[in-house]
Amino acid sequence: MNEEFAFLLQKLIPALNTGVLMSIRLIVPSAVLGLALGIVVGSLRAYGGRYLAPVAKGYAALFRGTPLVIQLFILYFGLPNIGIYFEPYTAAVLGFTMCSAAYHSEYIRGGLLSIKRGQVLAAQALGFSTFSTLVWIIIPQAFRRALPGCGNEIVYLIKYSSLAYVVTCFELTGQAKIVASETFRFSEVFMVVGVYYLALVSVASWGLRRLEKKLEIPGFGH
Amino acid sequence: MKRNDKTPLMRVQGISVRLGGREILKSVSLDLYEGEMKVLIGPSGGGKSTLLQCMNYLILPDRGEIELEGRNVDPHNARELCSFRQQVGMIFQDFNLFDHLTAVENVGIALRKVRGMGRTEARDRAMAELERVGLGDKARLYPAELSGGQKQRVSIARALAMDPKVMLLDEPTSALDPELVSEVLTVIRGLAQNGMTMVMATHQMGFTRSLADEVLFMQEGQIIEQGSPKDLLADGSGTRTLDFCSQILDVEGCTP
Repeated sequence: MNEEFAFLLQKLIPALNTGVLMSIRLIVPSAVLGLALGIVVGSLRAYGGRYLAPVAKGYAALFRGTPLVIQLFILYFGLPNIGIYFEPYTAAVLGFTMCSAAYHSEYIRGGLLSIKRGQVLAAQALGFSTFSTLVWIIIPQAFRRALPGCGNEIVYLIKYSSLAYVVTCFELTGQAKIVASETFRFSEVFMVVGVYYLALVSVASWGLRRLEKKLEIPGFGH
Repeated sequence: MKRNDKTPLMRVQGISVRLGGREILKSVSLDLYEGEMKVLIGPSGGGKSTLLQCMNYLILPDRGEIELEGRNVDPHNARELCSFRQQVGMIFQDFNLFDHLTAVENVGIALRKVRGMGRTEARDRAMAELERVGLGDKARLYPAELSGGQKQRVSIARALAMDPKVMLLDEPTSALDPELVSEVLTVIRGLAQNGMTMVMATHQMGFTRSLADEVLFMQEGQIIEQGSPKDLLADGSGTRTLDFCSQILDVEGCTP
C-alpha cells in the first residue's frame, strides 16, 4: 500500500500534471479557434452564395469525412514532404481546430437556418447590409441555438485531444503511456487518467452551462 | 391640398415581378405625394405584399423603376440600396422583431449599426421612439414578453427611429387578436395626422374610410381601381372595391 502511494505521489501524479497542463494548452486554443472558424464556415455554408458555400461545404465534408488521426499524420508527417514543417504542438492545435471547426459548422448552420427569414427582411428594410445582418442579427441568435451542440463538440475535443501523442506532443494520455510502459501498472495509470479527463470534462460542462445561462433570453428558443 | 405638390415624393413606374413562372405584378405604377396615405386593398394573392416589398427593394422587380424625391434608385449599388431602404420604413404583418434584443435594443440597433450612432445616443433616441408609441415602460422586455399589439408598436418605433420619408405597412393588424388591433391603429392614425407619407395594405375599412387619401384596389397583380374612399366605397357606386368590401366580415364593417 505504501509503495502504491509512493508510486502515485512521486511518479504518476507529477507526470500526469505535466500532461494535463499540455492538454489544457491544446484544448483551450483549439476550442476557441475551432468555434470561431466553425462560425465562419457554418455562415458561409448557409449564406456564402454560389462560390463560397461550396468551398465551405467541401471543407466540412473533408474534415468530417476523414479520421482525425489521418489528418494529424498528414499535417505532421506528410506536409514536410512538400516543405511545410510544424512543431508537434502547432500541428496538433491546427488539426484539432480544423476538425472541430468542421463539426461546429454543422451546428452553426442548423442554428442559422432556424432563424426566421422575416428577421433578415426586417434588418434589410432598415438598411443593414447582408454582412451586418449576419453579424448583428442572425449569428447572435443562431449561436444561442447552436450552443448545446457546440458544447458537445468541445467535450469531444477534450477527449480527442488525447490523439496529440501520435504527433509526439505529450499531453495527458502521452505522459500516462510513458509511465505505464515504464512501470507496467496499466490499470492504475489509466484509471487515474480517466479521473483527470472526467474532471476536465466536468469543468468544461459547468463552464458551458454557465455560458448558456448567461446568454439566456426570456422566451427565446421556445 | 397635399396633392398640389409638383413632384411626387416616391414614384413607382411599371414594376413587374415574376416568381416561379407566375406573374405576380403586371406593370404597376403609382405616385406617392408627401403627406399622403394610400391604402391597398384586394384579395390575398393579388400582389399587395409583393408591391410593398418591391417599394423597398426587398424584392427586386424584373422590370420597372423606383424614384425617391425625383432620384432614380439603383438597387444593384449596395450603398445606394442601403441608404434608400433607410428612408423607406417597412412594417410587416408578423412584426419580425429581433428575438434576441429587448424592445429598446430592437429600436436602437439600426441606429448604431447602420447609422453609426453611439450607444447612449442610440438608446436615448430609441427610448423617445418607444415613448411615442406608448411603450416607454416596456423598453427592457424581450419580444417574447410582449403582446402582439406591443410587438407591432415596437416595430413601428424601430422604423420611425430611422426618420423614414415613407412608411410601408403590410397588413400591420392582420396577425393580431381583435382586441389588440385598435392600439396599433391608434399609433398609425397618429402618424397619418402628423403628415407621415404612407402606403398601407389593410382590410380595416373603417380606418381606410376615415384616413386614406386614396384607395388602390389590387387584383391579379394590377391596380384595377383607384380613387378616394368616398368615391370607391359609396353605396351603389358599383365598384369592385365596394363589392370586395361587402364580402369581408369586418368588425368596423364597410357595409351598413
